Amino acid sequence: MSHSLDAYLVLSTLLFCIGMFGFLARRNAIAMLMSIELMLNAVNLTIVAFGAFVPALTVHASVIALMVIAVAAAEATVGLAIVIAIFRNRRTPLVDEYDTMRE
Amino acid sequence: MTNALAGAAVPGLGWSWADLLFLVLAAVMLGAALTVVLNRDIIRSGLAMIVAFAALAAIYVMLDAPLVAAAQVLVYIGAISILVLFAIMLTQTKMGPVRLVFHRQAWAGALAAVVLAGILIAVVTGTAWPDVVGHQLHTATDALARMLFDNYVLPLEVVSVLLLAAVIGGVFLARRDEPRGEERPQ
Repeated sequence: MSHSLDAYLVLSTLLFCIGMFGFLARRNAIAMLMSIELMLNAVNLTIVAFGAFVPALTVHASVIALMVIAVAAAEATVGLAIVIAIFRNRRTPLVDEYDTMRE
Repeated sequence: MTNALAGAAVPGLGWSWADLLFLVLAAVMLGAALTVVLNRDIIRSGLAMIVAFAALAAIYVMLDAPLVAAAQVLVYIGAISILVLFAIMLTQTKMGPVRLVFHRQAWAGALAAVVLAGILIAVVTGTAWPDVVGHQLHTATDALARMLFDNYVLPLEVVSVLLLAAVIGGVFLARRDEPRGEERPQ
């Protein structure tokens, strides 16, 4: 089981779908950002799993995974800064109360 | 995981030790991820996220990608989780956890997630992937370093510029706007 690509791909699928549900369902903006991190981790797991089972991709997959980790760090920095800036104006982290443009 | 112990069967079960370790890590990671998504208290969600990242780092070790596992521990557990926890503490309202954690349309999100999971699992288990071997390949760190600073040196530099831009942008966005000197409203 631990020596088959399918097991890792199924695990990655489940992690991605958990993150997708969290992104769609949570009201808190930081919880949505955490769900995005879970989805990025699922994609990374897919990349590394393919690298571990396909000989032509072995080293390239790790390079791509490291790039994804760096971009995820940049995304988290800017995303959390935006949430903090909005919180300073609106006094709430709940995204469904950000309705200024609806009125 | 090519040593003798990992290949040996667990007494009492039909699995090898590697399979048992994989199942335990997968269960811990999925349980922690569900806690992140479902817990009412967002600070507990943040702490469960660290557990999920740690289990995933262990899975990277099982996949014989040691540098990615180290980067996972350093960047995700060491930096991103701490950043998220600080942001949670900065945006906690005094009322405590809100009564309604999910949107009213959360059932539609759950349905979409379950349908997507079903489709993806059907696709990945039904596809015959080409060139797949039956054992894990070791990712040599020296080959990885050579590749990173030779073939991939331009993406590496672009990522470093992107990180610099993100740091400057983050500081600029999160900075408190102090009314300065003559611009202060009366």
